[in-house]
Amino acid sequence: MKIIDLILSANASLLRNKGRTALTIIAIFIGATTLSLTNGIGDGIKAYLTKQVGNLGNSSTLTITATTAKTNFRSSSGLVKYVPGQKKISSQGGGPNDSEQVALTQSDINKIAKVPNITSVQPTLTVAPDYIATVANPYAKYQFILNQTVGISRLDVSSGVNVNNNSSQYQVTLPISYLSSLGYNTSSSALNQEVTIGISNALGAQSTFVATIVGVQQKNLVGSTAAYANTDLFNALYGFQTTGLPTSTIDTYASIQAVFNPNLTTAQINKLKSTLAGLGYTAETIKDQVSTVFTVINAITYVFDGFAGITLVAAAFGIVNTLFMSVQERTKEIGLMKALGMGRRKIFALFSIEAVLIGFWGSILGIIFANFLGKIVNNLATKGFLKDFPGLNLLSFPAKASTIIVVGIMLIAFLAGTLPARRASRKDPIDALRYE
Amino acid sequence: MDAAIATKSLDKVYGKKDDRLVALDNINLSIKAGESIAIVGKSGSGKSTLMHILALLDEPTKGVVTVNGVDVSSLSEKQVDLLRNKSFGFVFQQFFLNGNETVLDNVILPLKIAKVGRRERHKRGLEVLKAVDLAEKANAKALNLSGGQKQRACIARALINNPNVIFADEPTGNLDSTTGGKIEELLFKLNREKKITLIIVTHDPDLAKQCDRQINIKDGHLAERKNS
Ligand SMILES: Nc1ncnc2c1ncn2[C@@H]1O[C@H](COP(=O)(O)OP(=O)(O)O)[C@@H](O)[C@H]1O
Ligand SMILES: [Mg+2]
Repeated sequence: MKIIDLILSANASLLRNKGRTALTIIAIFIGATTLSLTNGIGDGIKAYLTKQVGNLGNSSTLTITATTAKTNFRSSSGLVKYVPGQKKISSQGGGPNDSEQVALTQSDINKIAKVPNITSVQPTLTVAPDYIATVANPYAKYQFILNQTVGISRLDVSSGVNVNNNSSQYQVTLPISYLSSLGYNTSSSALNQEVTIGISNALGAQSTFVATIVGVQQKNLVGSTAAYANTDLFNALYGFQTTGLPTSTIDTYASIQAVFNPNLTTAQINKLKSTLAGLGYTAETIKDQVSTVFTVINAITYVFDGFAGITLVAAAFGIVNTLFMSVQERTKEIGLMKALGMGRRKIFALFSIEAVLIGFWGSILGIIFANFLGKIVNNLATKGFLKDFPGLNLLSFPAKASTIIVVGIMLIAFLAGTLPARRASRKDPIDALRYE
Repeated sequence: MDAAIATKSLDKVYGKKDDRLVALDNINLSIKAGESIAIVGKSGSGKSTLMHILALLDEPTKGVVTVNGVDVSSLSEKQVDLLRNKSFGFVFQQFFLNGNETVLDNVILPLKIAKVGRRERHKRGLEVLKAVDLAEKANAKALNLSGGQKQRACIARALINNPNVIFADEPTGNLDSTTGGKIEELLFKLNREKKITLIIVTHDPDLAKQCDRQINIKDGHLAERKNS
C-alpha cells in the first residue's frame, strides 16, 4: 500500500469507532493541553524577562567588580596581610558573615582595557542629585534617582524616545510613576518639557541643571524606577558633585562597565570571563544576573511538565487498549489483506499510523485549545493584575515548542501502538479466514 | 510445460503428541494452467487445508509446492506476498467485504495493496464490476448488497489483478441454488474465456461435475477421480 492509502485506511478505521476514538483522543488532548499551558506560562514569563533584560544592560557589556571573599581580611590562620595600594569602599561585620568590597581604580581600568576583545571600559559612576522639579508643579521639589544609560541597549519607552548620548542638549527620560507628582496627567503632556535638577557638591554648595524630558519609561518588572540622563547631563552633574573632592577619592569605583566585541560566541565570552577572573575580577553579563531567575522558572515548568507527562502515560495506555480492540475487531480484514498480498510491515505500519493519528489529533486539538485559553487568560491579565506591565503576556506559545509537543506525543503514541501493531502484523491469514 | 501448481509428498500435521492430527497425508498433485479443478470430500476431510497450502496461505509440514516449476520454499515472504497479490484471486464462502465501504472500494483492495494509482484503480474497478454485472452498484455500500451480489463483488475483487489462478472455497455455500448457479456460471465463463485456472473447494456434486477434474479427499488422503 502507498503511504497515503495507509493513512486513509487508518483514518477510516478511527472514524468507524467514533466514540472510542474520541475518548482515546480526549486523554491525549488533556495531556497536550496541560503540557502546552505549563510551557506557555514558562515561555511567556521568560520571553518577557528576555525583553526586559534589554532595559538593564546591553548584552555585550560586562559588569566588573573586584573579586572578594566574604571574609577577606581573615583566614583560618589569622588576619590577612594588607596589600599596599588596596582601597576598600565598604566593609561590614557583626552579621553571620563579615563582608567587604575592594574598590577599583584607574589602574584597574587600564588593566582591563588591555584584555583582548574588550572594546571600551568605563567606570560605573553614580550621581546623587538632591531633587527634581518642574514648571508644571513649580512649588514642589521631589527626591529621585538618576542613572546614566551607558551599557543599556534600550529602555522600554512608551512615549517619546530614549535619550541621545551624542547630543549636547541635557536630556532625561522619566519613569511613568514620576509624572503625577511632577504635575503631568499624561505621558505626552510631559514630553519636551523642562525639569530642574538640584545637586550639591562636597563643599556644601548647591546648583541646578535644566534638562528636557525626551521620553517616558513604561512600568516593568525588572529594572529600577530611576530616571535616566544622557552622557552630557550626567557628566555635568558628576563634575559638579565631585568638585572639591581629592582626586584619590574621585578615582574610586565600586564597579566598571566593560563593553566587549558583540560577535563573541558564548564560549569566547566564557573565556573572557575566566581571563578576567584570573586577573582578580568578577565579570557578569546581564544575562548571568537573570539566569538564576530563568533556572527557577525552568524548574517549575519541568515539575508541571512532569504532571502532564503522567497524564500522557495514562493516555498511552488508552491507545494500547483502543488499538488492541481495533486489531481484535479487524482480524478478518487483516487476514484478508494478508491473503491478498499485504506484507507484515505494511500491516504494522497501518496500525502504527492509527496510533500516531490519535496522538496527532489529540495533541493538535490540545494545543489549539491551550492557545485559545491562553488568549482569554492573557486578555484578562493585561486588563487586570498585569495592567501596569504592558508587554507581558502571561502565556506564550512559540511554534517551536508546539511542534515539539506534537512530535513528542506522536512518538509516545507510536510507541504505545507498537504492541498492538505487532500483534496485528503477526496474525495468520488462515486463522482469520477460517470459519466454523 | 511446467504445471501451474504442483505438489509432491505433501503432509500437513496439526498439533503434537496426543493432539496430533494428520490433516493431509502424502498429497501428489499437478494442476495444469487453464484447468478447472474441484476439491471434494466430506466436511473435515482437509479440503480447505489443501487449498490454503496450494494458495500459499499456509505452509506444509513436509513436502514441496511448486508454482510454474518454482519451489515456493525458496521464495522470500515478500516474493510469496507478491505472487499472491499479482497471480492469485480468492473467493471465499464468507464474503469478507467491508460493509461500510463502497463496493468499488472493496473491489480495488488488491490494487491498493499493489500500490496502483487512484485513477487506474478506479478504471479497472469499474471494468471488473461490469464483467460481473455489478457496475450500477459501484458506489453502494457493500452491506446493502444481496448475497449473490456480494459474491459477485468478491469475484470482481478476485479478478481485478488479472490473476492466473482463482481459488474459491465453497463459493456457493452461502447462496441459494439459483444464485449459486449464476456464480458457478460466472466462474466457468472466466475459466473458458480468460483461461484462468480454477481451483474450487466444494461439497456440491453438481458444481464438482462441471469441472475438468475432481480431486477427492478422504481423511487427508487423495482419491482422484476424472470427469468423463
Ligand atoms: N489450525 C488448526 N489446528 C488444528 N486442527 C486444524 C486446524 N485447521 C484445521 N484443522 C483440522 O484439520 C482437518 C481438516 O480441516 P479443513 O481443511 O478445514 O477441512 P474441510 O475444509 O475439508 O472441511 C479438520 O479435522 C480440522 O479440524
Ligand atoms: Mg473447509
